[in-house]
Amino acid sequence: MFKSKTSKIAGVLLLSASMLLSACGKGDKETSGTAAKNALEQIKSKDKIVIGVKYDTRLFGLKNPSTGDVEGFDIDISKELAKDLLGDAKKVEFKEVTSKTRIPMLNNGDIDAIVATMTISEERKKEVDFSDVYFDAGQSLLVKKGSAIKGLEDLKKGTKVLAVKGSTSAINIRQKAPDTTVLEFENYTEAFTALKAGQGDALTTDDSILYGMADQDSNYELVGGTFTDEPYGIAVKKGNKELVDAINSALKKMKENGKYDEIHKKWIKSH
Amino acid sequence: MLDFSILINNLDTYLEGFKNTVLASIIALIGSFIIGVIVAVMRIAPIKPLNWIGSAYVEFIRNIPLLIIAFFFYIGLPSIGVTLSGFVAGTIALAIYTASFIAEAIRAGIQAVPKGQMEAARSSGLTYLQAMRIIILPQAIKIVIPPIGNQFINLVKNSAILGMIAGLDLMYFGDLVSSHTFVTFPVYIFVAMFYLVLTIPLSLGVGYLEKRLARSH
Repeated sequence: MFKSKTSKIAGVLLLSASMLLSACGKGDKETSGTAAKNALEQIKSKDKIVIGVKYDTRLFGLKNPSTGDVEGFDIDISKELAKDLLGDAKKVEFKEVTSKTRIPMLNNGDIDAIVATMTISEERKKEVDFSDVYFDAGQSLLVKKGSAIKGLEDLKKGTKVLAVKGSTSAINIRQKAPDTTVLEFENYTEAFTALKAGQGDALTTDDSILYGMADQDSNYELVGGTFTDEPYGIAVKKGNKELVDAINSALKKMKENGKYDEIHKKWIKSH
Repeated sequence: MLDFSILINNLDTYLEGFKNTVLASIIALIGSFIIGVIVAVMRIAPIKPLNWIGSAYVEFIRNIPLLIIAFFFYIGLPSIGVTLSGFVAGTIALAIYTASFIAEAIRAGIQAVPKGQMEAARSSGLTYLQAMRIIILPQAIKIVIPPIGNQFINLVKNSAILGMIAGLDLMYFGDLVSSHTFVTFPVYIFVAMFYLVLTIPLSLGVGYLEKRLARSH
């Protein structure tokens, strides 16, 4: 009686463990298979580039609920990129990514490139290849107008700072203000909603994104200036030098022919 | 193969989340059982307005996503001046949500006790509440243990909702480990294993009770 029950339990555990392990092995095989072909050739042969962008970030990548289109700085840069690589700004397909999903999606082959307010960092360079800098941002703090927090030095023990899961700003703020409590959310909308609900004292991320929030709700303002350098880059799957070169030459062209300034002015003009 | 260094390097983080998941599950389990019993009794009490309140509770709560209930407690309540942490808001949401399912299971259990039992109890001089407490509920509990056990297993899994509102549970820390290490799948496999540590014993326990109760009938 006792013996048969324990063997049954062991059986259940073994079965579930083996299922988990076999699922894991499959994932590894898939990723190594797709890496073989040159990414630039792949994009040219399917005559379309799939770009991962944010859908929730005002001024950079935001889905307009009335038209269903995604709009912003990152979107216009992506369209210019498609124009340069494939000859037509319409040959671009957008997929929504978050800070958390973008690298896995790139590595799984769901997207060809990431243009999603992504900071170039040494740690990320181990995972993906980056283009040249296409936007210079810096981390800052957003607070309710009249808040006692005026800058980084006001983040003490007991202060709650809100951030987004997987962002460099969450890592930075823990180093710059080690005593403060950091709460991390799925995306900027949720983090900003939590700030508005009083679940935190400040929200931290790149100033470019915070300006979009302050633009949306004038009860909130940026304080303390920027305390980091956050150069944004376009990321592609590791080991695709051809694609990185093509993107860099497209960015260079945009800056030379004035298109870059035009897009920059269109979205970031007021700041 | 599965990279165990992820688990070993982040063991403290995992355990912190696991501790909070266990705590949230236990509190929500007790809370949902108490609310569930009260709502079930309201649904079948011989007082019409109570029936309506009980039915409204079950139909309203059971038919909206748990995530929205959690958001209500986390970001909705502050607009009327009540600010709850993610952990507290999530645990309350979990208890309220699970209670609607438990109430339904208990109601079905009570109604499965033959009508004559209540009639006999009342005619021997017990009040309605006494009859309920002494005669009906002890019989009903036996019938409803298996479905309630299943709801408790669901509750443990549903506690992952805390991760969405910074509730510092297993899912929340799993997300953090994943986003800081850039490893996705293995991180969540370990998260799943921690949930299994809780749910498999629960599941076996429910199975054991089910067998024992079947024998006693």
